[in-house]
Amino acid sequence: MTISADHTAPDTANAHQAGNAPTEDALTEAVKKFGITVEDYMLPARHQIQMVDPDGRLKPEGEQGTEPGHEYPVPGDAELLAAYEQLVVGRRVNDQNSALVRQGRMAVYPSSHGQEACQVAAALCLSGGDWMFPTYRDAVAVMARGVDPVQVMTIFRGDWHGGFNPLEHKVGIQCTPLTTQLLHAVGVAHAAKLRGEDTVVLAMCGDGATSEGDFHEALNFAAVFHLPVIFFVQNNKYAISVPLAHQSVAPSLAHKAVGYGMAGERVDGNDVVALLAVLDRAVKLAREGSGPLLVEAHTYRMQAHTNADDDTRYRESAEVAEWRAKDPVNRMRTYLTDRGLLDDDGERRIRDKAEAIATQLRDGLSEDVPVDPQELFRHVFAKTTPQLKEQSALLADELARDAASTEETAK
Amino acid sequence: MSPTITTSSEANGNVSAATARAAASAAASAEAAGPQLVTLAKALNTALADAMHADPSVLVFGEDVGMLGGVFRITDGLTATFGEQRCFDTPLAESGIVGMAVGMAINGMRPVIEMQFDAFAYPAFEQIVSHVAKMHNRTKGAVKLPLVIRVPYGGGIGGVEHHCDSSESYYAHTAGLKVFTPATVADGYRMLREAIDSDDPVMFMEPKKLYWSKDLVDLAELRSSYSSAASAGQSSEGRAAVARSGTDATLIAYGPSVPTALAAAEAAALEGRSLEVIDVRTIVPFDDVTVCESVRKTGRAVVIAEAHGFASVSSEIVARVQERCFHYLAAPIRRVTGFDIPYPAPKLEKYYLPGVDRILDAVDDLQWEN
Repeated sequence: MTISADHTAPDTANAHQAGNAPTEDALTEAVKKFGITVEDYMLPARHQIQMVDPDGRLKPEGEQGTEPGHEYPVPGDAELLAAYEQLVVGRRVNDQNSALVRQGRMAVYPSSHGQEACQVAAALCLSGGDWMFPTYRDAVAVMARGVDPVQVMTIFRGDWHGGFNPLEHKVGIQCTPLTTQLLHAVGVAHAAKLRGEDTVVLAMCGDGATSEGDFHEALNFAAVFHLPVIFFVQNNKYAISVPLAHQSVAPSLAHKAVGYGMAGERVDGNDVVALLAVLDRAVKLAREGSGPLLVEAHTYRMQAHTNADDDTRYRESAEVAEWRAKDPVNRMRTYLTDRGLLDDDGERRIRDKAEAIATQLRDGLSEDVPVDPQELFRHVFAKTTPQLKEQSALLADELARDAASTEETAK
Repeated sequence: MSPTITTSSEANGNVSAATARAAASAAASAEAAGPQLVTLAKALNTALADAMHADPSVLVFGEDVGMLGGVFRITDGLTATFGEQRCFDTPLAESGIVGMAVGMAINGMRPVIEMQFDAFAYPAFEQIVSHVAKMHNRTKGAVKLPLVIRVPYGGGIGGVEHHCDSSESYYAHTAGLKVFTPATVADGYRMLREAIDSDDPVMFMEPKKLYWSKDLVDLAELRSSYSSAASAGQSSEGRAAVARSGTDATLIAYGPSVPTALAAAEAAALEGRSLEVIDVRTIVPFDDVTVCESVRKTGRAVVIAEAHGFASVSSEIVARVQERCFHYLAAPIRRVTGFDIPYPAPKLEKYYLPGVDRILDAVDDLQWEN
């Protein structure tokens, strides 16, 4: 079987391809370097890729879900230890932030508790020159990419819409309008490709987002322009309250890829070993010119959508308990300890680091940050308008009069 | 891959402006010397080509803009001249076009994208309102979006439903967007060059019924005067034009309504009434100074627009003028706009569009007996 997207009459094929090399050839060439055929590569493997089981045991090779075109070596020990450290930090960050919300020091925090393996792998699979486009639930991934934790949390602290410079870190602002960021990822990849740069872009979204129109448009654009974008779907089973069965009846979300002429893969989203194996290869393939790829990670949102949500209205506690047994952090600790890569000292060092970051968050977010009302007008345009200058003067006058009357009262 | 494509000179990139400007070349193809009759379509096409020559980060894409040259031929010849990497067709998806342009602008490009018709831009509304308009503000200016969204708009061409909307109010109402709309051939050239060179996102509203209107202009002269103005840091952004001088009343119009306003002023002159016509040119930022100077002089004003009057750019203009010129007014400001109905079918559009007679009736209504 050959997988082809040849809808054009033979004499017009490739005459109109926006300057791209014929997609199929580029894909064939790219996967060949990895000893893979396009036929094996395009459809997801029959089962999700899982390397370490929920009890922390490395599965025998024949039971990892791999098959021709979907074979993944276990990542190196150094990478796994780095991932474990980030997992522990990520869990601590999630729980610290939730506590800060309960204490009223932060407006809201959509926690990725339970999804930390996805968060960590998303950051660790990328190189410095690559880009990441995260959603509002991906704060841990942004931190794992190296952005200052307090800057990341600014969006939830409430003094501005974002706290870090996307250009400096090559991380998009955490995106709230669902799925719209996937197209920005496509554009960043397209610009890089036109300049001949080897940038890879990781575009993140959840299972609910796959119902949005922009999901379709982004995957199709990335495929048609043959761009190095990895669409990384964290299927955490719920879009706020609506279960996956109400979003899609596709065989899997990864199977959606083939409709775009794109490869797809399913992976255990609570197994950071499998996630790194799959995403590392995806990044390498994309950098070699394979075009885009869709990776669906099966994970679970252990807590409510946000503090404003009540998840007991739409799911059973037994289901949550079932997923608690598949916890990504415990699984990895057992695996590394059993392999002798992690001892008590190592564990303590990592916990101390996580605690230091939690302290940094507590201090940073408890700090009463002064806001500058004039900043409201400062960044609307690169070149401001007379109307905004007038409105800024109006506010300045109001504030000056308020200050004067406060002073008067004080006398 | 392509050595001709580099990072945007002025936004989110490191290449100096001088380097990019040095690449500017007189795109003088086979242009005749001196003033010629030139269409707005040709002026816009020339502006795109000149901008692409001047800055290698300028890219043009959209639906049918490549081999076909756009359904209105505004991008005619750009793929042939600049190659398929710099002017190309996309899949048919407007949100995709705008969303991809946002990403390209983040990563150093200056995309100039085409929405094929006004009403076909609506699928992109979320990208425009939530990202194009807000990215600069959200990132405290760290990320600039030097992006131009060209929208052929308005009626008067006998178009069927969904091809004749006046959608400028949606964009003008959205904080963070600039909204330009040229009414003359020379303005078409200059304003599109300015929109492309702007570090802010610009909704560039092209009055489609004026695409084939001609003015006597010298394209070479327009090109060189734009270049010298740009290198001197001069811009006509936010500057309305006095399209016709007069003393008795002011007609305020933009885009497709400017020629109609000028025709009304011509007819009024025959009746002995001297009407001044203001061409707004950039709806955002709005030129309060020029508009109010005229109204204070004449004491009377009529605002003309094809769009529905309710909650529209024309409402905004009336409100602004009233706030600033109340004591100079001899009569309430009148509006002549489209009715508040969905855009009519071709055989009915003449009843909908503001015409000379309706404008003159409004002028007659400006309490002259006082």
